[in-house]
Amino acid sequence: MVEPWTENLPTTFWIVLMGFLITAACGLIGNYLILRRMALVGDAISHSVLPGLAIAFLLSHSLNTLPMFIGALGAGIVTTVMIELIHKKTRVKQDSAIGITFSTLFAIGVILISLGQTDAVHLDAECVLYGEIAFVPLDLVKTELGPNALSVVKNIPGLNSEMFLNGNLLTIAPPPVIRMAVVTGITLLLIVVFYKELLVTSFDSGLSSSLGINSTVVHYALMGMLSVIIVSAFEAVGAILVIAMLILPGATASLLAHRLPPMFGITVVHALLSAVGGIHLATWLNCSPAGAMVVAGSALFALAWMFSPSQGLLQRWLGRELDELDEEDIERLAKGV
Amino acid sequence: MNQQRKTLAKRGLGAVHALGLLAVFSLLAVEPESAWAAKIGDVAEETSLGQQALRFFSFRDPSVRYAVIGSVLLGISCGLLGCFIVVRKMALVGDTLSHAVLPGVAVGFLFSGVSASGLFDWSFDVANITKNPALIFCGAVVAGVAGTFLVNTLKQTTKIKEDSALGLTLASFFAVGICLLTMIQDLPTGNKSGIDKFMFGQAAAIDEDDIRLMLAVTLLIVAVVFVFYKELLVTSFDAGFARSIALPSEWIHHGLMLLVAFAVVIALQAVGVVLVSAMLITPAATAYLLTDRMHRMLLLAVGFGVGSGVLGAFISFLKPNIPTGPCMVLGASALFAVAFFGGPRHGVLTRWWRHLSRSKRVQRENTLKALFQVLERRDAEPEDSVSLKELAERRRETPDEVSGQASALKQHGFVTLHEEGKKILFTPSGWQLACTIVRNHRLWELYLTNAANIAADHVHDDAEKIEHLLGDDVVRELERMLDDTTRDPHGRAIPGFADIHKPFTPAAARPSGYGRNL
Repeated sequence: MVEPWTENLPTTFWIVLMGFLITAACGLIGNYLILRRMALVGDAISHSVLPGLAIAFLLSHSLNTLPMFIGALGAGIVTTVMIELIHKKTRVKQDSAIGITFSTLFAIGVILISLGQTDAVHLDAECVLYGEIAFVPLDLVKTELGPNALSVVKNIPGLNSEMFLNGNLLTIAPPPVIRMAVVTGITLLLIVVFYKELLVTSFDSGLSSSLGINSTVVHYALMGMLSVIIVSAFEAVGAILVIAMLILPGATASLLAHRLPPMFGITVVHALLSAVGGIHLATWLNCSPAGAMVVAGSALFALAWMFSPSQGLLQRWLGRELDELDEEDIERLAKGV
Repeated sequence: MNQQRKTLAKRGLGAVHALGLLAVFSLLAVEPESAWAAKIGDVAEETSLGQQALRFFSFRDPSVRYAVIGSVLLGISCGLLGCFIVVRKMALVGDTLSHAVLPGVAVGFLFSGVSASGLFDWSFDVANITKNPALIFCGAVVAGVAGTFLVNTLKQTTKIKEDSALGLTLASFFAVGICLLTMIQDLPTGNKSGIDKFMFGQAAAIDEDDIRLMLAVTLLIVAVVFVFYKELLVTSFDAGFARSIALPSEWIHHGLMLLVAFAVVIALQAVGVVLVSAMLITPAATAYLLTDRMHRMLLLAVGFGVGSGVLGAFISFLKPNIPTGPCMVLGASALFAVAFFGGPRHGVLTRWWRHLSRSKRVQRENTLKALFQVLERRDAEPEDSVSLKELAERRRETPDEVSGQASALKQHGFVTLHEEGKKILFTPSGWQLACTIVRNHRLWELYLTNAANIAADHVHDDAEKIEHLLGDDVVRELERMLDDTTRDPHGRAIPGFADIHKPFTPAAARPSGYGRNL
C-alpha cells in the first residue's frame, strides 16, 4: 500500500505534485467552464492545441516553453474563430461545428507529428493521447550551494533529506513542475483578483454589462488562460485526459456545494486525492499514471454522486421511499382511518 | 402522391445500388489471394506515385483490397447514421460515444485470453490473447452503450448539464481505457500488435475477419435505416408530430444510439478511437450544406464518407507511417471546406458572389430607372440622349460614379455611349428593362395605397426595394387586382405594354445631329 512512497520516493513525489498541480489548475478554471456551459469548448481546445504545438515544435526544434505557448494560443484562437465561422455563416449547428473543427485540427496535428517524428524528442502520437507524466522527474533542475547556504538548508527539516540534498547539490524541481506551479499560481491569482468579474459574467450577463464589465474580454481571457493551462499540462497528460481534469473536479464540487468558494476548496481537495489515489492505482495495476489519476478522480466523482446530500443517488432513493409513505398516509387520512 | 412514390422508388434504387456495391466488394474480398504483398507497407518505395496509385486501385493486393473495402463499408455506415446525428444535434454525443468505447476494446482484447472449460471453470492465459474482432466488437458496444446511459442518468439525476456530463463521461471512460491499454502493453504476450492501432487507426490492420464483421454490421445498418426511414425522419424533425402519432421516440432514440455504437466500433480499426466521431459528423455536415432533402443528404453523406475513407486508405498506403484515421478525417474536412465555400446554395463564397451580383444588378437597374426618369421629366422620346451631368444630378452622385455605372450598363448592352462617354442613349433592351422596373415600382405603390390602405407618401421606400424582385407572375397578379393601372398614386403615368414595346429607331438610322455621327 505504501510501496510508491518507500520504493522510489523522489519519482513518486514529483509525479504526484505534477498531477496535483495540473488537476488543481484545470479544476479551478474548469469550474467556470461548467458554470458557463462551455465544457465542450474546453474539449475542443484541448484537442486542437495539437497542431499549434506541432508547428511550434517543427519550427523551433525544441520543446521550449515560449514557442509552445505561442503555438497553443494561436491554435486556441483559430479553434474559437473556426467554430464561430462555421456555425454563424452556415446552417451547421454549433455541436457539429465544434466536432468538425477539433477533429480537423487534431488530424492535422497527428499528421504533422507523424511526418516530423524524430528519435530525439518525445513528442509522439502516444504522448498526444495520455502524456508521459512518468518522465517528468527524469530531468531535475539542481543547484550547487555554497557553504553558508548549505548550513541554512540543512537546518530546514523538510529539505535535509536525500531526496533534495545530495552533497552540496540541492534539487529544486523538474522544469515541467516549475512551469506548472507558475501557471497554477497565476491561475489562482487571476481568479482571486478578477473574482467579481468572472462571477458576474458567468451568472448574469445583463448585470455584468450594466456594471461596465466587458464580457467578451472576460470570455477571451478565460479561453487564453485555458489554452495556457492545457499546453503546460499537455506533455504530462496529453490532449484527452486533460478534459477529465477540467471537468471532473468542478462536477464533483457542484454535487457537494452550491457556493463558489467552497466549490473551489472541494476542487483542490479533489485534485490532491485523485493525484495520490492515481499513483497508487498506477503502481498496483502497472499502468499509465495520468490515466490512473483520472480514474481515481472519476471514482471520487462517483462517490460524490452516490452520497451527495442534495443530489446524491442514495438521497434520491431514500427520498422516494419517504414520498411513497406520504402518499399512503394521505390515502389513509382520506379514508378516515 | 405520385411524387412520393417516385421518391420512394428513387430511394429504393439508391439502396439497391448500395447493396450491389457491397456485394461486389464482398465478392472481391473472398477472391483467392494472389502473390502480391501481404502488407501495405511491403510495397517498394522506389516506384513512382502513378505506379503506386495504379497498384492501389487495381486492388490486386489483398491487404489493399481489405483496406479499401473496409473504408467503403465504414463510409456507408458512418455516413448514413451521421446524417441523423447531425440533424438531431447530437454530434457531441457521437464524440462521447466514440471515446467511451475504448475500455470495451481493451476488455474485449483481454477477454480473448479467457478460456472456459466449464460453466464456472474459467482460466485466463496471457499467451492466448489475440485480436478477436467479435469479442472486441461486443466489448466496445457494451462500453459505448454504458457511456450514453451514464450521460443520460447524470442529466436526469443531478444538476450537471449536458455538456459537462458528456465531457466527463468521455474523458473518464477514455482514462479507464488508457489504463487498461497501458497494462496490456506491459503484458508478456506477442499478440498485442493490433491494439495500438485502435488509437489513430490503420486501415492496413484490417483483415478478413474484420471485413466479415463490417459487412454484416453495414448491411444491418443499411437495412434498418431503409426500413425505419420514415420513423427516423419524423422523430428527427418533428418531435411533437411523432408523439401525436404515438411513435415510441425514446426507443427509436436508443435504437439509433445502438446503431451508432455499431458504426463507431466497426470504424475503429481504420479510423481510430479519437477521430471516429469526425467520420460520423463531417460527411453528414457536408451533405447538410448541399441539400434540403433527407434522402439526398443520406446518399451524399455516404458518397463523401466512402470518398474520404478510400482517400485516407490510399494516403496511408503511400506513406505507411502516417496513421489512416487523420488522413480520412482530413479528406472529409477538405470536402467540407469545399462545400462550406463553394456549395451552390449555402456556400460562403457562392452566397457572397450572389449578394455581390445582386447588388450590382440593383445598381444597374436603378441607373436605368434614373435615365428613364430624366427622359420622362423632359417629356422626351426613348431615343433621346441624356447627358451624364443630368444623370448625376438625378442620382445625386459624382460624375465619376455615374460614368462607371454607365460603362457597366454599356457592357450589358443596355445603353450606348456617345461624345466620349458624355451622352447616354438607351438601346431597345435597356429601354424595356427600365420600363419594366418603373412599372414594377409604380404598380407596387398603387397596390400599397389602394389595396393595403397605406398613405401615398409612405409607399416609395418599400417599392424602391421590391421593384427589383417582382417576377412576371406577381406583376400579372397585381394587374388583375388593380382596376386602373394607368397612373400611380403620385399621378405619374405607369409605363404599359405600349411603352415597353414602343417602336424604337436605332441610333444609326437617325438623321444627323443625333448620337454617334455628331
